[in-house]
Amino acid sequence: MADSLTQPHLDQVKAWLGEVPDPEVPAVSVMDLGIVRDVRWDDDELVVSITPTYSGCPATSVIALDIEAALRAKGIERLRVERRLSPPWTTDWISHEGRRKLEAYGIAPPAESAGDAPSPFDRFLRKPLVIACPRCKSEKTSRISEFGSTPCKAQYQCRDCLEPFDYFKCI
Amino acid sequence: MAEQTTLFEYLLRLGDNALILGHRLSEWCGHSPALEEDLALSNVALDLIGQTQLWLNLAGEIEGKGRDADKLAYLRDAREFRNVLLVEQPNGDFAATMARQFYFDAWHYLLLRELSGSKDGRIAEIAAKGLKEVTYHLERSRDWVLRLGDGTEESHRRMQAAIDDLWMFTGELFESDEVDEAMVREGIGPDLAALHEPWLGLVRATLEEATLTVPQPGWAQRGGKRGIHSEHLGYILADLQFLQRAYPNATW
Repeated sequence: MADSLTQPHLDQVKAWLGEVPDPEVPAVSVMDLGIVRDVRWDDDELVVSITPTYSGCPATSVIALDIEAALRAKGIERLRVERRLSPPWTTDWISHEGRRKLEAYGIAPPAESAGDAPSPFDRFLRKPLVIACPRCKSEKTSRISEFGSTPCKAQYQCRDCLEPFDYFKCI
Repeated sequence: MAEQTTLFEYLLRLGDNALILGHRLSEWCGHSPALEEDLALSNVALDLIGQTQLWLNLAGEIEGKGRDADKLAYLRDAREFRNVLLVEQPNGDFAATMARQFYFDAWHYLLLRELSGSKDGRIAEIAAKGLKEVTYHLERSRDWVLRLGDGTEESHRRMQAAIDDLWMFTGELFESDEVDEAMVREGIGPDLAALHEPWLGLVRATLEEATLTVPQPGWAQRGGKRGIHSEHLGYILADLQFLQRAYPNATW
């Protein structure tokens, strides 16, 4: 039987998860990125649902392990991490705090809501988005490549301070 | 039960397209013309291999014989592969790789957009996930067709040659057989012929903007969906499957 007195409150669990860094972008936590979709008690077992950012993202299995290790270190004994595919992860789930941390770390956060992004068939017809340099805030930047150090990022360069930087793409 | 066999067959086609193209792109790793392109090609390959795992694991589940994505990828022979011929064509030069990618991405985008409304929830959720990724693949490959087509004399010549050479493999993308027809009847998959017009519209507009000539309709090479492949697939599998064939059940 579950003993509600000894079970940590879910808010406490979420606070602990807020300290688990993303393995590839350690400036933000798995909570900031919106990877953790749900935390609940199933009787005396803690269930954490996570969703992959990209289908082939190799960090997903590392994230599951990191979450498990962090919660076990807090004394959670019965624990299950499940993967959820739907609804698919979107950059709209990155928290305000997460966006701030990304920018401070040198990664430009997504420039628009994924829900507003037009289909590529329409997108080709309009002007490209303005991505501001996370370092000097200049809006004179150019895209170097649609993909950066990980699938979720593109590579840009600032034409004012000349710094190359990653841009977290909207999906 | 016939229904399950048809669904299994359909899922193999989706998974094998992603697997074989993902493998082809991974061959560029360490050989690209620029570091940024090396990263980009590997990242697209990674997305496709991720999608492969989702499609083939579901295929294995439907089949119900204990085969997972790894077993299906590593332990089938060429005649059992169901990918279209386009994706197994050699990388060639960078123009050939990007032309192949553009033809495929434009079709893949339209296909996944339809599949994300599939009556089969398992298929719909994988398609919705993949669609977001393929949107970026398409944007990038289209961009390269424009840059090389409307670039130097040499890049224009190479992109035109690639666009022409690969054209005969695009017809197969829009042909339906009894498997596709069964999927349409059950509301699982789209009518492939209906994707042709929007695909051609995008291809034509892009090639014209790139100052390239749109190839004339002609003979379409077909057979991949039924397991009749070009000679290239065998060589791909020799590379892809070597480890599991030489050291069965090896894990690391």
